[in-house]
Parts: sequence; C-alpha cells; structure tokens
Amino acid sequence: MTTTTQTMFQTESEELISGSEAIALACALADVDVITAYPIRPYDTVMQYVSQLKANGAFDCDFIVAESEHSQFEIVKHASAVGARTFCGSSGVGWFYAFEAIAVTAGLRMPVVAMVGNRALDDPGAFGVEHNDALAVRDLGWMLYWVATAQEALDIALMAWRVAEDPNVFLPMAISCDGSFLTHSQALVNVPTARDVQRFLPPYNRGNLQLHPDNPITVAPQVNEDWLMEIRRQSHEAMIKAVPVIKDAYAEFKDIFKRGDPSPFIEEYMTDDAEIIIVGMGTLALPVRVAIRRLREQGRKIGFVRVKFFRPFPTDELREVLSGCKAVCVVDRDYSFGSPSFAGVLFNDLRSALYPMEKRPQVLNFIAGLGGREVHVNDVNDMINITQKAIDTGIIEQESTWIGVRE
Amino acid sequence: MTTVQDLPQVRGVKNIPLEEQFTSGHRTCQGCESALVMRLMVKASGPRTIVLGSTGCMYVANTTYYSTPWVVPWMHTQLGSSGSAATGTAAGLASMMRKGKMQEEPINVIAFCGDGGGVDMGLSAISAALQHDEYNLLILCYDNESYANTDIQVSGSSPWGANSTFSPPGSETRIMNKRWKKNTAPMLATGHPGVRYVATACGSYGLDFNNKIRRALTIGGPTFIHSIDPCPKGWDYDPKYSHELGMLAVEVGLWVQYEIIDGELILNGPSRAIARGIRKRKPVEDYLLRQGRFAHFTQEDIKFFQEQVDESWEKWWAPGVVPFHLREE
Repeated sequence: MTTTTQTMFQTESEELISGSEAIALACALADVDVITAYPIRPYDTVMQYVSQLKANGAFDCDFIVAESEHSQFEIVKHASAVGARTFCGSSGVGWFYAFEAIAVTAGLRMPVVAMVGNRALDDPGAFGVEHNDALAVRDLGWMLYWVATAQEALDIALMAWRVAEDPNVFLPMAISCDGSFLTHSQALVNVPTARDVQRFLPPYNRGNLQLHPDNPITVAPQVNEDWLMEIRRQSHEAMIKAVPVIKDAYAEFKDIFKRGDPSPFIEEYMTDDAEIIIVGMGTLALPVRVAIRRLREQGRKIGFVRVKFFRPFPTDELREVLSGCKAVCVVDRDYSFGSPSFAGVLFNDLRSALYPMEKRPQVLNFIAGLGGREVHVNDVNDMINITQKAIDTGIIEQESTWIGVRE
Repeated sequence: MTTVQDLPQVRGVKNIPLEEQFTSGHRTCQGCESALVMRLMVKASGPRTIVLGSTGCMYVANTTYYSTPWVVPWMHTQLGSSGSAATGTAAGLASMMRKGKMQEEPINVIAFCGDGGGVDMGLSAISAALQHDEYNLLILCYDNESYANTDIQVSGSSPWGANSTFSPPGSETRIMNKRWKKNTAPMLATGHPGVRYVATACGSYGLDFNNKIRRALTIGGPTFIHSIDPCPKGWDYDPKYSHELGMLAVEVGLWVQYEIIDGELILNGPSRAIARGIRKRKPVEDYLLRQGRFAHFTQEDIKFFQEQVDESWEKWWAPGVVPFHLREE
C-alpha cells in the first residue's frame, strides 16, 4: 500500500520554514503513529503544522488534542508501550505540568520524542526563551538536545527516533528549540525524501517489552528496595550505551543525507588556536559567531563551542576541545539559584566535567538572554573582555556575571 | 473504529468462564472486595485484553515484581492517568493496526482507577477519554471510598462524616469530612452524551458485574463503570462481611445499581425493585452501624444521613441518580 507520505516526499526539496514546521515535517517523514497536542506558546506551532499535515493527508497518525500536558505525555507513553512511534512536546510551565508523566516516561524506558519550545517559567508571565524548562529533567533519563537552526531541528528529530528507539537505549529524547528564535523564525531547510528517511530510520520494534496479548507481561510492578537500584542502574547503562549509538547513527545520517558536523555532540567554531572559548547552547550561536568574526579581524583568538547534546553530556569532547585554551566563557540562558558559585546549569556541569583535567582553563559564567531578551554582539564583547581580564590578571573577580541586565 | 470482541451476555452463574486472568500472587488484604472486582473484570473480558492500572491499592498491593497476579498484559499508569492510559493504549493499537504495522484484531483496553485516581485526580483525563468516540475502551473506577493504600485518607468519594486519617473525629469537631460523596457516574454520563455505556456495579452481584463489563466492552466507543468496593481496612469491619456490606449499600439505597445504555437509564437488581416499590429500602442505620468508620455518629448524624438518602430517592429526577428536577411551570 502506498501511503501519502511516500507520494508527497518523493523528491528532495528546499523549503523556507520555521524550526517548528521542520519538526512537523520530520513527524510525517518518520511516519509517527500517535501525536498528542496541548496549546502553550511557543512550542505549539509544531502541533499546528502537524494538524495541517494530517488534515491535508500528508501522513496518517492518531492526532489527539489532550486536555492537559499531563495527559498529553501519558497518552504517548502508553502508545509507546504497545509499540507505536510517538511525538509530543510542550513549553515552560506546560512542560512542568507534565512533569510526573515526563519522569515515568524515562523510568519506563519509553522512546518518546518531544519538542520543547524553550520558554521562561511563569510567573511573571513571559513567552521568551529560557532553558530552565527542559533542563529541569536533566537527571531523569531523558536525552536532551539543543538545536540552533531549522535544518538541524528536522535532522535531529529523525536522529531522535533512531537513537531513542534503539533497543540498547530505549530512552526518551527532548529536542529543545529556543522559543521564537527557532520556533517561529524561518530559514531554508532541505527536506529529504521519504525513501532516504526509511533507509535511515528502521521501524520501532519494542520486542519482548511490547505490551500485547501475545506478550502478556506486567509492566512497572512494585519493586521497592528489592529491585529499584538495579533498575536505576539499567537506565544509567542505557545512557552510557546511547553514546556509541548516537555516534553510529550520526555517521550513517551524514552518509545518507550528506550533511552534518564532525561531532554529533558539539559544534566547534574557530576553536583551533583559540585562547578564549565561549560555550553555549541553542540559537545563541548566531550573535556569538558574529562577534567572534569581528574580533578575529582584530587578531583576537576567540572560538565557540556549541553544546548540542546536554544529556548524554559530551564530557570527553569538551575536555578535548577546551584543553588548549586559557579561559572558557560559559553562557547560560538559564539560572540555578543557590547553586555552586550561584551560577548557571551548563556552567556547573561543564566546570565539574573539566575538574579532573591536569591543566584546567579558567571557567567563567555569564547569565544572559533570560526571558527571550536578545543577546547582542556587544554583550558577547563584554563577556570576552571580562574573561580576558581574568586571563591577564590571573584572578576571577566574579565567577558568574549577569550580562545585559538593569542593575 | 476497530471492531469489538464477541463477548456474549451470560445467563446463570455457571456459564461464567472458568479461566482466570487474575490469579494468585497479589497481596491484597483479607476480605478485599476490589481484588474480587479485578478478578471478575478480566474473567469477563477474557485473554485478549490489555489492562492499565493507575496507582492505588490495586497497583501497590496487586503487583509485586516477580509475583504478578495478572495473566493478561498489565501496565501501571499514574494516579490521575487512567483516562490517558486507556486513550494512549487504544490509540497506539488503532494507529498501528490501521497502518498495517500490527495484525488487526479487537483487543479489549481496560483502565482502572480507585476513587482517589478517578473521582478526584483523574477526572479530567477520564472526561477527555470519554470524548474520543473512535476508541473502544473501558474505564473502571473501583471505589473503596478512601485513599486506602496510603493509610485511609478521605477522598471526594468518601461518605459524609466517615472517619479517616485525614478526617478523624476529635474532641472539638466530630464530623471532619463535611463533603457528600460525589455523584460520579451520572456526572460522566450527563457530561458525555456520546458515551454509549455508563454503569454502576458491585462485586457482591457477580453475574451482573460480569455482564456489565461485557456490555461495556462490546457496545463500542469509550465506556465507564463505577463499582462500590467494601474495604475491611478503611471501613473498619470484620473481613468476612465484605460481600454483605456491598449488598447492604444497595439495599439501604445508598448505592444505586444501574446502566445507562444509549441514553436510557435502567435501574437493576435491588435498586430496580426499590424504585418500583416492590421492595422497601432498609434503614441506612443498618449499614452505618456495621462499620467502625461511622462509630462516632450520633443519632442526629444518622438521621441526617437518612434524610439525604430519602431525598435522593424521593425528590431527585431519577431516584438516586439525577439530583435535580424540572421546575413545574
């Protein structure tokens, strides 16, 4: 039987679309079976596109508008248990409303793929980007990825099902897209053919874990202290196993689709001889790259590393790329009130990853762009100047500095 | 809509299937009526069934790793998620069968919840599940009238005045739970007129229970059954009286047995006889005084309770079911 998907995506095309639209197309290309929606800005644009694609017959899925985010995530969790490929998503406090379901989805090892349209946590109300929503699940067994372009959003969505549904992994994955900057901004995206996607993405097979009368298992009975530790250990090992699975999948992705970075975990920009390396996630890459190009013209040796996978955290890659520089300038579009050095989440994870290195660079933290405030080229210059001063004097006056904030 | 299984109504208790789908391995209390409800539920549905169980007694006491009593596939779901679990399971099956990713066959999808999970926390998800006419599913609320698994705390389905660890009678306040039991099944039936089957049930009436489960699973679309489950621990009585207390709840008119099939309300069992005047309602006192949870009741409290039950039979639009009436013009 020929599906609509196969007729629609027969040839490659280039489309001017947003990150949300790119992920919606990925849903059609991946032939997702069950998708659940609930409105909250800015992620919900993806569901608007999904519902249009479904309404126009671009693909066949059960599209369910749930009555809450909690139900949204519970529905896909259970659909995944019977073997269906699933997609859902949320933003900000909506993601938090689903928190219980999000926790058990990882605990149950359901390969649900979700989009997080990163948004500040109300109150006070704010639509703009902050990374605290997605980061809140960092300890639970979700793979977390931060996207910088619409093309990457489409590509990593296809990667997400491939990696999450690998029987060695069976962990959910969230694709984080900066609210507005990515969810609503359009860019040219190369849309692959359904045939190529089928080559890359095998069907989801839950094997002997599938809930079905032919396989009458009991899922998630009470285990208490007798078994919980062993089960947690299995999730831990799944996250470790995800690393080579991601590498293999990315190599094959590049082979089939002819695009991608050298590493699936981080993206490097002018790092080879850099004395200062800025580290950040998401669409921050844009102003940072502009600032670096200008500073390079003045002979300053500045580079940038964009962390793509936050979980599993690219410890080895970051140690290697940051080993040669004098100072690391971590930009957090998030906060962790009361944390070590009263700093950001990325900063503290990164600094702890670098601690065992014999020769450690200085690590400074900058909190910037909260609530969707734009990070300008000048802001980046300020960060670099503060970092340069730490290099010159050998003293870090302040470990974490808020940039672009009214004092 | 996928097709449904052939599960004929059973006449005579001897014709109930012998095969058990819920067997040994559970750790429920002696006299637990909900364990019987689980057994009757899957006995009626048969082996081609997936059961989703939300948090509560029938999760915690029923499924211990390595000693599951479930012969049919079973999966835990969160306390407020029986509706979502049923929807997600049914949607996953329907989608994959339609797209040729799974062999097509009617599979029963049953999600159960306690009164805490159904009447309180899970109400919105159950309501949403009942709006999806395209999925065949049954949500069964086993109501033991408290959060019985977590030490007996009052729920929205606990009776007025009942002693619980969150509503203990004290020296200053005798009646801590001032809420009247929520009228759940009629609320769901009225609010979702597209639902073809809503019923109340009681494990004391086994054959009736079996047939209600089967009707719910074969009529098509989402359905709801609310069952009253006497609980020796929470209601405080000798475990040997569970069955008898279930019958008493019906006979005093506190629990009304009925089915709402395609918009038609049909009282059944003793409730039908009471409504027709064939049988007299027993005094509520007969029921209350058998249970320690009402031991602090004064004669006044019992009188108040009786008045509420009388009103539901004498003044309501449908006795014991629909709590209002049309104003006479």
